[in-house]
Amino acid sequence: MVTDNRVGTIVTHGLLILGVALMCFPIWLTFVGSTVTQREIVQPPLPLLPGGQFLENYRAALFSGVNAPVGRMLVNSTVMALGIAIGKIAISLLSAFAIVYFRFPGRMLCFWTIFITLMLPVEVRIVPTYEIAVQLGLLNSYSGLILPLIASATATFLFRQFFLTVPDELVEAARMDGAGPMRFFKDILLPLSVTNIAALFVILFIYGWNQFLWPLLVTTDPDMNTIVMGIKQMLPQADDYGNWPVTMATAILAILPPVAVVLLMQRLFVKGLVETEK
Amino acid sequence: MEKRVVFRHAWLPYALVAPQLLVTSVFFLWPAGQAVLQSTQLPDPFGLSTEFVGLENFEYLFSDRYYRASFLTTGAFSVGVTVLSMSVALALAVLADGVIRGSGVYRTLLIWPYAVAPAIAGVMWLFMFNPSIGVVAYWLKALGYDWNHVLNGGEAMSLVVIAASWKQVSYNFLFFLAGLQAIPRSLIEAAAIDGAGAWHRFRTIILPLLSPTTFFLLVVNVVYAFFETFGIIHTITLGGPGQSTMILVYKVFADGFVGQDLGSSAAQSVVLMGIVGLLTVIQFRFVERQVHY
Repeated sequence: MVTDNRVGTIVTHGLLILGVALMCFPIWLTFVGSTVTQREIVQPPLPLLPGGQFLENYRAALFSGVNAPVGRMLVNSTVMALGIAIGKIAISLLSAFAIVYFRFPGRMLCFWTIFITLMLPVEVRIVPTYEIAVQLGLLNSYSGLILPLIASATATFLFRQFFLTVPDELVEAARMDGAGPMRFFKDILLPLSVTNIAALFVILFIYGWNQFLWPLLVTTDPDMNTIVMGIKQMLPQADDYGNWPVTMATAILAILPPVAVVLLMQRLFVKGLVETEK
Repeated sequence: MEKRVVFRHAWLPYALVAPQLLVTSVFFLWPAGQAVLQSTQLPDPFGLSTEFVGLENFEYLFSDRYYRASFLTTGAFSVGVTVLSMSVALALAVLADGVIRGSGVYRTLLIWPYAVAPAIAGVMWLFMFNPSIGVVAYWLKALGYDWNHVLNGGEAMSLVVIAASWKQVSYNFLFFLAGLQAIPRSLIEAAAIDGAGAWHRFRTIILPLLSPTTFFLLVVNVVYAFFETFGIIHTITLGGPGQSTMILVYKVFADGFVGQDLGSSAAQSVVLMGIVGLLTVIQFRFVERQVHY
């Protein structure tokens, strides 16, 4: 700051702390809600400090849930998120490598075909994609959860941008030493790309974990529910009171993995965000 | 940009692009084509056959007052979310940029709502504002205001706007903070030496230098409000009460999967494709040129 103002600094910190408190308030309230009994929730106001039901509620959530045990949903979410992140990175690395480092007929056509996918999130093609998933027998399966979501080109775009910055001298040196393209890919390009791969993995894992609409459509068996979409079914409908503490516990469990990933890998996360939006 | 040094190989590049091309064709190009095709068809009431009707579905769509209302609703929703989340994020970023130590800590504390799925954010805000059991609803009632977003369309819209903005503040905060930190201190100090007050400095130096970031975030926020907020609507209001929170992307789902009106849903999808295509073109043409990291 230009002026070193003691009062100004205190006010700034105060406002920031207020901002942080406001941003964290919903999550705090959800956590409190997950540690009290149903009765305390149904009779407002909810106390602002956690109650004593932490273990009971979380155990109930993990092992029986409301219509599917949350433990099972966590497993499904993990498989889906990992599948999407790893799948997308794998096919994007290969495609970006081919497009940047080879000359072949149809190269520009492939380029544009892949990049056109940047324009359409899954939400605008749900009905026909669903029909295809049905025809291919992908309902209620991990493949159905994963495959349609790895179709977009953000990762390919990022890797292409990155590969273009790799010095040509490395390729020349590799060829002079007699290395073929896949050798170059494995021994030189991949190690150089590790930071980008890690950053992208963080973003894609969060993206995959937080998917809602597509898992909602593709799963009819409660056993295949993912935790983010399963939450909707736990909310009380119409006259039903639901089970708020267990639902809140599920919400907390649902956000733990992505939040942990963001907090622990913050630098990579920020890098991933910045890179994918360029 | 092209590489000078490349490999030559007969079949390897094709093998390398094959997986992505396959997934893209099956799950992207084919459905997109199907959506366009279905938008020109009208299925019979039993779904056994379809009849080609050309642009009739689109004509019907644009003369349907519910669809036109949905456009307005989506517009209001996007404006609300964009303005709210960007202004809060900018305020927090300016504050965080102003502290000498601790901006890293504040950044950590403020970016993690990004990891919360929109659907979960919806559940959390629903829990706070539920007319019968919500804490905030209770406090509002104590202050004399009877909150009931299940009955009141304006309140439902406010709730979803707040829930959607809350999530997006982290993202905007990150970019605004990076943008602010990239402004050379010397410029600000020179202005201060010349006697410019804090607000004047903000208005004439910081805001203009921040404008590439602002424009970029504007596009991203609009895309977010249009497409990624499905989870919030589905968990809090289901498009209701009435049609007051029926945004376009939710209507595609409601008409297609719940109402089983496939032709209309497909036509709506095609319209949305056009919109997102336009936004993407804007993003690539006008924004990419100016943003430097």
